[in-house]
Amino acid sequence: MIEVIQHLFRPWTWRMCWRDCRTNRGRLLLFSLSIVLGVAALAAIGSLGVNLNRAVEEQAKTLLGADLSISSRQSFSTNEERLFTQLGGEQARQIAFNSMVYFPSGDGTRLAQVRALSGGFPFYGRFETEPASAVEEFEKGLGALVEENLLIQFDAKPGGIVRIGRLSVPIAGALRKVPGESAALALISPRVYLPMKDVPATELLGKGTLARYTVFFKFPVGTDVGKLVKSIESQLDKFRLSSETVEKRKQDLGRAMENLYHFLNLAGLIALLLGGIGVAGAIHTHVKQKLPTAAILRCLGAPVSQTFAVYLAQGIALGLAGAILGALLGAIIQSALPQALKSFIPFDFEFRISWLAVGRAGAIGFCTCLLFALLPLLAIRRVSPLAALRVAWEPARAARDPLRWLVVGILFVAFFAFGLGQERDWRMALGFAGALGFVFATLAGTAVLLMRLVRKLVLPGLPFVFRQGLAGLHRPNNRTNLLIFSLGIGTFLLTSIAFIEHMLAGDMLISTGSGQANAILFDIQRGQLSGVSNLVAGLQLPVLDELPLVNMRISSIKGRDVESLLADKESHIPSWPLRREYRSTYTDHLRDAEHVIAGQWIGRTTNSDNVPISVEEDIAKDLRVGVGDKIVFDVQGLPITTRVASLRKIDWRRMEPNFFMLFPAGVLEEAPAMDVLVTRVTTSAQSAQLQRAMVKAFPNVSVIDLTMIVQTLDAIVNKVFFVIRFMALFTVLTGILVLISALVTGHFQRVRESVLLRTLGASSGQVFGILLVEYLSLGVVAALTGVILALGGAWALGQFVFHVHFAPEAAPIVLAFVIVPLLTGGVGLFMSRRILRYPPLELLRAEAG
Amino acid sequence: MVNQLSDPRKEAGAKTILEVRHLTKTYGDLTVVKDINFAVPSGSTCAIVGPSGSGKTTLLGLCAGLDQPSEGNVFLDGTDIGALDENGRARERAENIGFVFQSFQLIPTLTALENVMVPMELRGKGGASTATKARELLERVGLGGRLAHYPSQLSGGEQQRTALARAFINQPKILFADEPTGNLDTETGRLVIDNLFALNASFGTTLVIVTHDSELAGRTGRVIRLKAGVIVPDT
Repeated sequence: MIEVIQHLFRPWTWRMCWRDCRTNRGRLLLFSLSIVLGVAALAAIGSLGVNLNRAVEEQAKTLLGADLSISSRQSFSTNEERLFTQLGGEQARQIAFNSMVYFPSGDGTRLAQVRALSGGFPFYGRFETEPASAVEEFEKGLGALVEENLLIQFDAKPGGIVRIGRLSVPIAGALRKVPGESAALALISPRVYLPMKDVPATELLGKGTLARYTVFFKFPVGTDVGKLVKSIESQLDKFRLSSETVEKRKQDLGRAMENLYHFLNLAGLIALLLGGIGVAGAIHTHVKQKLPTAAILRCLGAPVSQTFAVYLAQGIALGLAGAILGALLGAIIQSALPQALKSFIPFDFEFRISWLAVGRAGAIGFCTCLLFALLPLLAIRRVSPLAALRVAWEPARAARDPLRWLVVGILFVAFFAFGLGQERDWRMALGFAGALGFVFATLAGTAVLLMRLVRKLVLPGLPFVFRQGLAGLHRPNNRTNLLIFSLGIGTFLLTSIAFIEHMLAGDMLISTGSGQANAILFDIQRGQLSGVSNLVAGLQLPVLDELPLVNMRISSIKGRDVESLLADKESHIPSWPLRREYRSTYTDHLRDAEHVIAGQWIGRTTNSDNVPISVEEDIAKDLRVGVGDKIVFDVQGLPITTRVASLRKIDWRRMEPNFFMLFPAGVLEEAPAMDVLVTRVTTSAQSAQLQRAMVKAFPNVSVIDLTMIVQTLDAIVNKVFFVIRFMALFTVLTGILVLISALVTGHFQRVRESVLLRTLGASSGQVFGILLVEYLSLGVVAALTGVILALGGAWALGQFVFHVHFAPEAAPIVLAFVIVPLLTGGVGLFMSRRILRYPPLELLRAEAG
Repeated sequence: MVNQLSDPRKEAGAKTILEVRHLTKTYGDLTVVKDINFAVPSGSTCAIVGPSGSGKTTLLGLCAGLDQPSEGNVFLDGTDIGALDENGRARERAENIGFVFQSFQLIPTLTALENVMVPMELRGKGGASTATKARELLERVGLGGRLAHYPSQLSGGEQQRTALARAFINQPKILFADEPTGNLDTETGRLVIDNLFALNASFGTTLVIVTHDSELAGRTGRVIRLKAGVIVPDT
C-alpha cells in the first residue's frame, strides 16, 4: 500500500495514466457522470442544510415572535396572572379557538382558527399582509386579518365583511405569513386574527369551549430567559402551563429541519450509491480492456504497485472529475431546492451557496467513487506478466481477493457511518445499511441466478436470434450484473413511491368510504342539541351519532399526583398526556372503529367511586397504565376515581370522533358537557348548505367537513410526494446515466462479436434481433426484481410504519414492465446503431483505433 | 541423461547468464515442463523449438521470471529468480531482461516513441536522453519517420520492429523472444530477424528465441528441442 502511495507521487505514474487513457478519455468522463447527480444532490441538500441552520439562528426571535410564551387550555387564574406580573416585561395576549367563519360576499363558511390578539405581538418579525397597511388597521382594532387562501376560496376582499359567531367585522387585509409558522399549516387550519376587544361580541367563548390562552413576553435586552423559565418551572407545572422560549422553538424547529435535511440526504446518498455502482461497472469493463497493457507493463519490469498506481490514478482522476462536476452542478441547482420545499419551511431565508457543503459533497462523492472504482481496479494487482505471452490467461478469481472484501467492508462501514450521522441511532443506521445491503444482495443474487438459469437452459428449439440473445446474458463480457443492478434499483425506488402513494391515498378513501360519517358538528351547547338535530334532519341529512363531550384532566395515576409525576424524571411518562385536557365521552356501547384488546368493556355503572373506564392502547402505554390501574380525573373541579377496566384499539383512520378515555353511562350525565353530532353529506353543495345553515342558526357550532380535510391532507401528502419525487429524480436520472454508461461499455464489448456475425453473413436484422432479445430480457428481469423488492418494501412499510393494509396497485407494475424493457431496448439499440449501419471492416478499423 | 547438458561455462569458458536446474512446472495435475536443465553463456544465441503444446512458452516464461517454477531453479546472472518475490522479479525484468512477443504487445495508447521509452521510464530514467536514445533505436530499425504513430497506425512488421527497439533500449543482459516472426509474412519476418540479430550483435545481448521457424533457429548458436515438456537430444 505504501509503495502504491509512493508511486502516486511520481510524475511518471500520472504521465502514464494520462497517456494510457488517450483513447478512452471521453468514455471515462461519461463513467464519471454516474456520480455527478448524486454529488449534486448532496451538495444542494448540504447547502440547504447550512442555509436553514443559518436562517434559524439569524431569525430565531422571529420564530416565536416573542422571548417567551406561556399558554393554557383555560383562561388564566388570578394566581397565574400574579405570576405573569412578577415576570414583568412587555406582554401581549392571545386567545385561539376554532370556529366557523362566514363570508357573506360569497355566502361561504369554513372552519378556521380564530386568534384574538391584544398587545404588540409579534414583538419580533411582523405579519405579512396585503395590503401591507392592514397590520396597522388591525392593531388599531379596525378589522380582522384573514388567511389569504380563505379570501380567495370565498371570493372575499379586504374591505369586505367576515362573520365570526355573532360578530361581523371588516376584513382589514389578507394574511400571508405569520412569523414562525409554515404555509402548510395554513392549509390545515386557516387563521383569522381578530382584535381581542371584539371577542365578547362573537359570543363564542362559553364554558367548555376549547380555546388556548397565551401570554407573550418581551423582556429587556440581556435577560436570561432560560434561567427565568427555570426559576418558575415548579409554578408552571403546578398551574399546568406550558411554556415556549426562543431557544426551545429553535431546537424544535432545528430538529424538524434536521429531519427534513436527513431525509433528503438519504435520497441523495442513494443516487450517489447507484452512481458508485455505475462507476464500478464501467471501471470493471475498462479494467478488462486494460489488462493486456497492465501485463505488458509488468513484463517490462513495472512492479505490481506501480502498475496498480497507474490505474488507481485513473480512478482518482475519474472520481475527481465526477466530484467536481457534481459539486458545480449542485451549486447551480441548489437554488431549486428551497423552491421545492418552501411550503415546509416556516421562514424566509436568503439562499447562499455553502462552499463547505459543496466541498463536503464533493469529498463524499470522490470517496464513494474511488471505493467503488477500487473493487474492479484491484484486478490489476492480479495481472500476471504471463498474460502478455498467453492470450488465454485468466486473472485469479476476484472472490478470493481479501482486499476486495476489505473494500466491501469499508463501503458497508462508510454507509453505516453515514446512516449514523443522519439518524443518530445505531439501530436505524444498521437498518439503513442492512436494507441497502439486502437490496443489493437481492439484485446481485438475481443477476447470478439469471445467468445460471440461462446457461443451464438448453433450448435448441429456439430460433438462432433468441438463442444468441439469451446467451448474451451469461457469456463473457456480459452486462447482466450491472444492468440488473442499475435498472433494478431504479425500478424498485420508483414503484415503491407509487405503491406508497397509492397505499396512503387508498387508506384515506377507505376512511371516508360510503355510509361512514364525514361531517362532524361540535361545540353544541346542551340546550342546542335538539335544535341542531332538527336542522340536520330538515336538510335531509342523517343523524348518525350524538355524543356528549366532558372536559377533564388527570389528577393522579396509581396514587401519584400529576405534579409529582411531572417532576419525577424517572417516571418516563411524557408530560403532554399528563398536562392535557381530555375531552371524553360516556356511552353504553362501543363503536365500529374501536374494539377491546385487554380487560372487559363495561357499558354502564352506578358505582361513582370506582368508575370502570376504557383507555386507548397507545395513551395507556404513554401513561404506563394497564387493566386494573387507578386514575383520578378532575372533571371541572370534581374528582372522579376510575379504574382501567379495558384497553381499546381504535382505527384512527376512520375520521370519526374517537376518545382516549371512554366512560360508561351512569356517571358523567350531570357533568357540564358539550355535544357532538355526526352526519354524512354526499355532495360539496350539501356540505356548504349545512355549514351556512348552521352558522346562521347556531354560530357557536362548528362543522368539520372531513372530505375537505381529506382533500387538504391529500394536498399536503402530494407536496410531500413532490419532494420525494424531486429527490427520486436524481436517482432515476443517475440510473439512466448508469444505464447509458453500461450500454456504452457493453457496446464496445459487443462490437467485435456483432461484426464477426455480420462478416459470417448475419443480416443487420439478425444482429438487431440478438441485441434486442438481450436488452429486453435484461429489462424484464430488472423490472421483475425491482417490482418484487418494491412490493416487499411497500408491504413492510404498510405493516410496520403506516399500519395500513397494503393492496398492490396494478398500474405501477404494468408501467414498470413496459417502460423498463422499452427504455433498455431503446437506449441499447440506439447505442448500437453504428454496428447495424456500417460495413464490418470500417467498424473494425475504427474500434481498433 | 538425455536432457542433462554439459556445463557451457566449462565448454566455452564464458560467463553463464542463464542457468536452469531441474526445472518443473505443473498446473494442477498437468506437468507442462519436467526436470529441465540447461545453461546459456553470456552473449550467445539460443533457440527453443518444439511442436505446439511442448512447453516452449512456459519454459520461456519461467526463464524470464514471469512465472514461479513448481520445482527447480532458474539462475539469471547468478541470481535465483525463483527465490525472489514479485517485486524482485519485476526489478530483474526492468534491469536485465528484454522481451519480444509474437503479438508485438505494444501499448496501444502510446506512440512508437513512447512505447520504446517505457522500460527506461520504469527505471526512473525518462527524459530527453532517453527520448534521443529511443529515437536512434527507431531510426536503426527503419522507423525514424514513424515516431509519433500509434500501434494501430503501424503495420505488423513496423510494430514488431518498434518492439525490438523497446526490447533493446535498456540494454538488457538477456533478451527473450517468443515466436517473433509468428504473426508476420516471410519477407517481413526476415527483415525483423535481421534487425534482431543486428541489434543483438551490437549490444552483446544474450538471445533466447522460442520459435517454430527452423530457418530462424538455424541462425542461433544453439537449439534446444522440447517435446512433451522435456528436452530431447538432437538426432
